[in-house]
Amino acid sequence: MNEAASAPMGAGADAQAICARHGNDPAALLEIFHDIQESAGFVDEAVLPTVASALNLSRAEVFGVLSFYHDYRRTPAGPVVVKVCRAEACQSMGALGLIEAVCDRRGIALGGTSEDGVTVEPVYCLGNCALAPVAMVNGKLIGRADAGRLDTAVREARS
Amino acid sequence: MTTAIYVPKDSAARSVGADAVARAIADAAEARGESVTIVRNGSRGMFWLEPLVEVETDAGRIAYGPVTAADVASLFDGGFLVGGSHALALGPTEEIPYLKNQERLTFARVGVIDPFDLSAYEAHGGLAGLRAALAMDGASVCETVLKSGLRGRGGAGFPAGIKWKTVHDQPSGQKYVCCNADEGDSGTFADRMIMEGDPFALIEGMTIAGLAVGAEDGYVYIRSEYPDAIAAMVEAAAVLERAGWLGSNVGGSGRTFRLHVRRGAGAYICGEESSMLESLEGKRGTVRAKPPIPAIHGLFGKPTVVNNVLTLATVPVVLAKGADHYKNFGMGRSRGTQPFQLAGNIKRGGLVEKAFGVTLRQLVEEFGGGTATGRPFRAAQVGGPLGAYVNDAMLDLETDYEAMAAANAMLGHGGIVVFDDSVDMAAMARFAFEFCEIESCGKCTPCRIGAVRGKETVEKIQRGENVAANLELVSDLCDTMRDGSLCAMGGLTPMPVLSAMRLFPEDFESQPLMAAE
Repeated sequence: MNEAASAPMGAGADAQAICARHGNDPAALLEIFHDIQESAGFVDEAVLPTVASALNLSRAEVFGVLSFYHDYRRTPAGPVVVKVCRAEACQSMGALGLIEAVCDRRGIALGGTSEDGVTVEPVYCLGNCALAPVAMVNGKLIGRADAGRLDTAVREARS
Repeated sequence: MTTAIYVPKDSAARSVGADAVARAIADAAEARGESVTIVRNGSRGMFWLEPLVEVETDAGRIAYGPVTAADVASLFDGGFLVGGSHALALGPTEEIPYLKNQERLTFARVGVIDPFDLSAYEAHGGLAGLRAALAMDGASVCETVLKSGLRGRGGAGFPAGIKWKTVHDQPSGQKYVCCNADEGDSGTFADRMIMEGDPFALIEGMTIAGLAVGAEDGYVYIRSEYPDAIAAMVEAAAVLERAGWLGSNVGGSGRTFRLHVRRGAGAYICGEESSMLESLEGKRGTVRAKPPIPAIHGLFGKPTVVNNVLTLATVPVVLAKGADHYKNFGMGRSRGTQPFQLAGNIKRGGLVEKAFGVTLRQLVEEFGGGTATGRPFRAAQVGGPLGAYVNDAMLDLETDYEAMAAANAMLGHGGIVVFDDSVDMAAMARFAFEFCEIESCGKCTPCRIGAVRGKETVEKIQRGENVAANLELVSDLCDTMRDGSLCAMGGLTPMPVLSAMRLFPEDFESQPLMAAE
């Protein structure tokens, strides 16, 4: 299945299986996109006709959902994703400076991906506001974050 | 004899190394031939002390913190298994003033027990509320909740009992209970702590709501930024199902209640109840115009109870101890307790559950200990990103829905974000608009367009362009957004903006003039 999963046809078959696993229920569309993204790393717009037809929705409806939610990527991210919170509580502890430092180290703007495959993105609250500033590296929550601790976390995420 | 050692599994504790501490304790105990049982509890909510390790001794639970993996050897050397002294020793946990001075009803078990240990849950008062509800009819349960004075903890403060009774009185067969766990407000983490630290309480509350209104299906909508809370809720539901407290025969009563855990996809607006319902239906999270209200026309068009995590997690204690017990806490029309969350630039950040009426100053200064940086306090934002900023003089406000509203502020979900004197309030006002621009669902014009124009206008003020005229323009725009938006996103974005302009005018007026002028 692996070689098939990388081709658009295979991605479509994969999406079809994911929809079927959710009973082709249109109410499960968010979960379906989450599952597609978890398996492929992003949601390729090429799978939208498959999803629309499985759920008996229009392509416009499924595209509307895909484009509404911040979580879904339509292009792949780097192998390491660093999300840094820029909401108020983290700002009060210097989050904006932290974001600048993290981006500067990798020579990218916020939202970009560095040459060595680190994507740095903003996030708005990770629910750890008493230990600000806060970041998440490939799903691992980091409290009292600083540029050094995030470098360590990126190294750990790679290994 | 084996010694119980508590190391929190709460994601905040893990974010500062609790997993490594748990591993180090297990390794050290094995190397030293000590018999220990490591219990992964929720957090006590004293985050500046995390990872907070507790040891069960003859004299009760003794706390040590903040512990790093490197401290573990010296803790064993100091005899911490029998509560021995150590530089990190904090004495009996319950005697730590921060905890001792709280009134924990909703959070009674959080940090105390293993969140998935059903017998520990029962031993600490769990399931008593559900058992009481099973012996009552639905209308009486709604009446009890109404009498307790419990108001929606999501921010709006609407009486939960009235909402429940409305759903109860609808004739439709299919009804739903939806728990709003899309806790997106910066400065809040109480919902997350409940889901990770006492998930049974939330499920028990949802089950009671289902029995009360006649709903057999409950949905909990959890934001995707909370992976640990999602996992905890799924695990807790499985435990309750196996024990017969969820499913087709709740507690042997023959009644049905099923729980469905759903995750969001990173949209702040889905914390607005009608957006959340759209999202649960698999659609874009755009808000619905009201009326009809969700209690009549909710999820899939059916009557639906929509409550916040804290509201539903408080229901069991209301049923277990009675409406009067709960009502006796609080002030005015704000009855019971509120889990406050001290966040941002604060020395002792964490969860403080107190009866309504405690002042902001008591919370920020007595509990919180002032700023983390040690610089002077300048502002606090109360009630999330849509809440007002307050200055030092306003810290004497009592935390009461009506008192806060009278002072042009709001309690919201109980989050308090502290800023020191380095904060630029014009930048914060600009950010309030920017956040609204990023998170607006786009359905109504005042919010969709107003946020963008508001941000641009504050930027002009920051650059020193036509400051007086632009300040008036922002204020005018805020009126339009407040009065013309469909929901609180556009309707309340003016709160932080206008409060910043009113209380900190110097940050808007003393901007340098443009070089060209």
